[in-house]
Amino acid sequence: MIKLFKNFNKKEGLLFVLCILLVSFGVWLDLKMPDYMSEVTVLVQTSGSKMSDILEQGFYMMLCAFGSLISAIIVGYLASYLSAVFSRNVRYKIFKKVEDMGVADIKQFSIRSLITRTTNDVTQIEMLIAMGLQMMVRAPIMVVWAIIKIINKNIEWTLLTGAGVILLLATVITLLLIVFPRFAKVQKLFDKINGVARENLTGIRVIRAFNAEEFQKNRFEEVNSDLTSMQMFNQRCFAILNPVINFVMHFLTLGIYFIGAYLIMDAYFISDKIELFSNMVVFTSYGMQVIMSFLMLAMIFMMWPRAQVSARRINEVLDSDILIHDGDFDGDTEVSGEVEFKNVSFKYPDADEYLLKNISFKAKKGETIAFIGSTGSGKSTLINLVPRFYDATEGEVIVDGVNVKEYKQSALRNKIGYVSQKAIMFTGSVKDNVAYGDNGKEHPSDEKVKEAIKVAQGEDFVLKMNKKYDSHIARGGTNVSGGQKQRLSIARAIARDPEIYIFDDSFSALDYKTDSILRRELKNYTKDATSMIVAQRIGTIMNADKIIVLDKGECVGVGTHKQLLKNCDVYKEIALSQLSKEELDNA
Amino acid sequence: MPRIGMNRKQEKSKDFKGSIKRLFLSLEKWRFLVIFALILAFSSSICAIVAPNILSDLTDEITLGLSPKEDNLKEIITKTTKGLQDQSKFASIPVNPNISSSDKQKFMEVMQKISTASDEEKPKLLFKLPDSVLKEILDPFEVGGITINESDQIEVLRSLSSVKDFKDTDSMLKVVDNLPKKVYKVIKPTLNIDKVKSIALMMALLYLISTAFSYIQSYILATVSNNFAKKLRSSISDKINKLPLKYFDNHETGDVLSRITNDVDTIGMHMNQSLAVLATSITLFLGSIVMMFVTNWIMALTALATSIFGFVGMFIILSKSQKYFSNRQKQLGELNGYIEENYSGHTVVKAYNGDKLALDEFDRINKKLYVSNKKSQFLSGIMQPMMMFVGNFGYVAVCIVGALLTMNDLTTFGTIVAFMIYIRLFTNPLSQIAQAMTMLQSTAAASERVFEFLDEKEQTKEENVKHLDKSKVKGEIEFKHVKFGYDKNRTIIKDFNAKAHPGEKIAIVGPTGAGKTTMVNLLMKFYDIVDGDILIDGVSTKSLTRENIHDLFVMVLQDTWLFDGTIAENIKFNKKNVTDEMVWDALKTVGVDHFVKTLPGGIHSVIEDDSTVSLGQKQLLTIARGMIEDAPFLILDEATSNVDTRTEELVQTAMDKLTEGRTSFIIAHRLSTIKNADLILVMNEGNIIETGNHEELLKQNGFYAELYNSQFESFENS
Repeated sequence: MIKLFKNFNKKEGLLFVLCILLVSFGVWLDLKMPDYMSEVTVLVQTSGSKMSDILEQGFYMMLCAFGSLISAIIVGYLASYLSAVFSRNVRYKIFKKVEDMGVADIKQFSIRSLITRTTNDVTQIEMLIAMGLQMMVRAPIMVVWAIIKIINKNIEWTLLTGAGVILLLATVITLLLIVFPRFAKVQKLFDKINGVARENLTGIRVIRAFNAEEFQKNRFEEVNSDLTSMQMFNQRCFAILNPVINFVMHFLTLGIYFIGAYLIMDAYFISDKIELFSNMVVFTSYGMQVIMSFLMLAMIFMMWPRAQVSARRINEVLDSDILIHDGDFDGDTEVSGEVEFKNVSFKYPDADEYLLKNISFKAKKGETIAFIGSTGSGKSTLINLVPRFYDATEGEVIVDGVNVKEYKQSALRNKIGYVSQKAIMFTGSVKDNVAYGDNGKEHPSDEKVKEAIKVAQGEDFVLKMNKKYDSHIARGGTNVSGGQKQRLSIARAIARDPEIYIFDDSFSALDYKTDSILRRELKNYTKDATSMIVAQRIGTIMNADKIIVLDKGECVGVGTHKQLLKNCDVYKEIALSQLSKEELDNA
Repeated sequence: MPRIGMNRKQEKSKDFKGSIKRLFLSLEKWRFLVIFALILAFSSSICAIVAPNILSDLTDEITLGLSPKEDNLKEIITKTTKGLQDQSKFASIPVNPNISSSDKQKFMEVMQKISTASDEEKPKLLFKLPDSVLKEILDPFEVGGITINESDQIEVLRSLSSVKDFKDTDSMLKVVDNLPKKVYKVIKPTLNIDKVKSIALMMALLYLISTAFSYIQSYILATVSNNFAKKLRSSISDKINKLPLKYFDNHETGDVLSRITNDVDTIGMHMNQSLAVLATSITLFLGSIVMMFVTNWIMALTALATSIFGFVGMFIILSKSQKYFSNRQKQLGELNGYIEENYSGHTVVKAYNGDKLALDEFDRINKKLYVSNKKSQFLSGIMQPMMMFVGNFGYVAVCIVGALLTMNDLTTFGTIVAFMIYIRLFTNPLSQIAQAMTMLQSTAAASERVFEFLDEKEQTKEENVKHLDKSKVKGEIEFKHVKFGYDKNRTIIKDFNAKAHPGEKIAIVGPTGAGKTTMVNLLMKFYDIVDGDILIDGVSTKSLTRENIHDLFVMVLQDTWLFDGTIAENIKFNKKNVTDEMVWDALKTVGVDHFVKTLPGGIHSVIEDDSTVSLGQKQLLTIARGMIEDAPFLILDEATSNVDTRTEELVQTAMDKLTEGRTSFIIAHRLSTIKNADLILVMNEGNIIETGNHEELLKQNGFYAELYNSQFESFENS
């Protein structure tokens, strides 16, 4: 936490100190008020006091209240400023860090977790600063100061206040000990009930088809009961808190007065009695302040651990090492469209097993090179080495005659048009999505965008959308189908005019017909570009110039469709599973 | 401690009164408990309101113990001075043998002065008489049951003689404090400790009752609100099963889910908190106003005036700040969305060098959020100090006015003490009422969404029920002039006729999005057909219950649906009397028995998200689930995308086994299946556009022929 606060600069540090001073001032004023009240009490109790004296004390009290308000408003302003600055800066830092991360770095955290770290965790600490700063500073000062004020007045009253504080704290702590672990369980049960309900919704056809409504209902009810009883227990426990707080406050006042009565009775001199009386009235105010401050402290202790966890999670991101570093080659090569793998092996930094073993091949300008193999054979990993999402553990990946590690990342990626496995859409228009990014050249023109969409077989559906190329794509692309998304993301690569296309299983959501037309059009449109295609379907790749068959990270066959059918068993197996023998022969 | 206006969107319900009323009615038997809890809350608050009044009595009782018994003091003084003026004793002084001659001398001097002095000065002169003389003159007397003897009286006289001005309080107090013990005892202020005790006891009792009531009330409300939430969740879950599938075509899963969790949680939590708070706060607020006016109307007016002044200011801030809160919420959502989008699309961002752009855009949104963040945090941050100031302001005003009144004997000090508490009781509830009202608002909004879902039209009730026995069904299906559309206005299947004989294979083909699942929907009676009829063994499905039809079908869909449980549980699903052996048999038939054996728990291993069981294996498990079910008809979605080739082969063999001896409807993705099918239904854009077997359809040279040939197109080109 402290480490995160170092994100504040000098000016903000000074403001923080100012906050502390102002809060102290406010506390001083708040505690001064009962003193004036005590004066008033004495004045009232002794006959013959002047009205103007009382009004004077009242004026001072008002001044205190007002001063305290002003200081609180200033502190409130400073706290909101500090918290907003903090969250803005930290959020920016995290976002930048994540943008700089490589794919492997992100895998370490998982995307979900990075999102919560950038959003919720930052908000959590922001809240602590905004709400807590005042409390955190105020409560300890108030506690100490108020205790000093009362401790000299009377031992019995002080003891009574102490007992009240202890009772309160004991209640709060016991509650936390009992209930806190259960909060985590409630959260889990919430996830579980969400899970079962989601199951019911996603599997609604299956459930009905199996007449399993009753079965699912029982499953739901089980979690529902667990959740209800757990939550009920927690809330019943918490039900005690308010009554106890009120009980302590009321009995403190009553107790002070009751003890006061005895003290006054026992005091010998009348002047002593009057002093005791005025002290008694004032003491109730101080006692209340002490108890309130302890409550505030307890609240901070409740907030602190959560914020602490968030702080740790944020620091983990900010402190993580980035695996991939920029080279300094600006990408100006003589040859273009060449990709070469030289004895490339790859494993994740912490893993024992290699995902790719000793892969070598070369793709020349204008060639189409395809990769096929079962899940986990390493084909996606392989082509992800080209745009340097990962670095090869051993061997060299060479683009246009230069090792990818020597390129500036942006220069390398300017050569590449990458289409990911899962089509990714950004909020914005169709045009924005296709013209996305920066390729070191001019931004794609409208014509270029239209052309790219046409080649990617997206013209039909884009023209059917209400605003055509300016139609809005919703967050996550929820308003277009999977196949449409895939076509748009292919168009995005085309609009980039790259030397090298990388298709990471990018045709899977297309039906055979669209798939084949798209590839034919693409081939015509990008004669000079090199294509690297990962696919599941034989039909997608069987006309590639070179097919590389992968199995468990090793290259088990290289050649054309026809060659491989003859000499590669793995390939033959894959082909046979998809097309009948006669079809393959006919083809 | 909830905060005002932060974090939660301000939700407005459409019909606040109606929703709250309906919510209350649907509490059913718990209604009485809620009312009871509210009565407790009310009583508890009444106790809290009455208590300050008693505290005021207690204070007054204590103040009585502060002032000396002036009557006794006066009596002593008058009796003593009277004794002095008893001239009869003067005569015997000069002859009294107990008095020294010098004292006698002094006596004579004083007597001489008295004869010329005024009446007023006479007592003061007498004070100067020597002790021995005074002793002779004075007689002991009794005040308040205590005998004041001569020497005591002498001391009183000596003390009084030092007072110059009898109206000066301070010097009077000093004199009183220095009086002889015996005399002081008589005039000493006495505290009626018994009375103090009984008042304190009463207060303690009141507070105890108030505490107990408020705890019982919270306990009841926690119980009721959680049980109620449970009931709502159950009803929603039940409702899901009763709704026609059509509903889910137009509504997202997340939407229904958020009703089960978020909305119900909102209702439960807020009902729990806001009801009690409302009852307590309103009672405290109104009650303290009444009590204040009853106790002292001038001070009550003071308290009201100062507080209203403060509250007006507060409400102005609150209403102004609402805009910033919703702004903040909106921008936070925007930023979170942007972050989510960019992180999920990280590879694309990187590959397209979009990071600089992304960072700029992020910075823009981030800065916008910063501004509204600052404003809204500030406004919500000063609410508390404002409240405190209003409280303090009222406190000071009441103290001062009260002090002035007390000095003029218009009220007692106890009233001030009582008002100090009333001010607190009176200022706190207002903000709580405001908070509870916003809570109720969002409760109403949430309950509207829940009730809206519960009110959705359910599936049609089935009448004229016939029953087909699973074991006797031959397996014939006939479509007769079937007309169907998801919308009333758009018919997608116009006049469909086809007949499948027992054991035949019907393939459904078409490009993605052609509406192949429509066939599933019709066969399973998930949707009702508009016109025409579907006959199973000659019996109209209209006269069969859905349960009966479902019973006749085995269904294996592409999206492998498995629930969170063990493998055995998933395969047995809702069927009873399935032994573990039967499960193993099914697993063997589909060829995953080896895999399952490698798992530590065998068939009792829990299927967790993606980790242990691959997508292909999941698909095999769903097929095994179908295997267990023995039914004459089969619906099968063949798609095996994203499954590695070896598993794919396994899946396909398993599927082929599944079709054996069943009348099968297969959403076909494999050419081999399509070619072997007895009947092919070609679908496009929701409609069945061609029917026939492979050869017939190729001859037609229509859509099917084109679709079929496209697979080899690329190859022909090269």
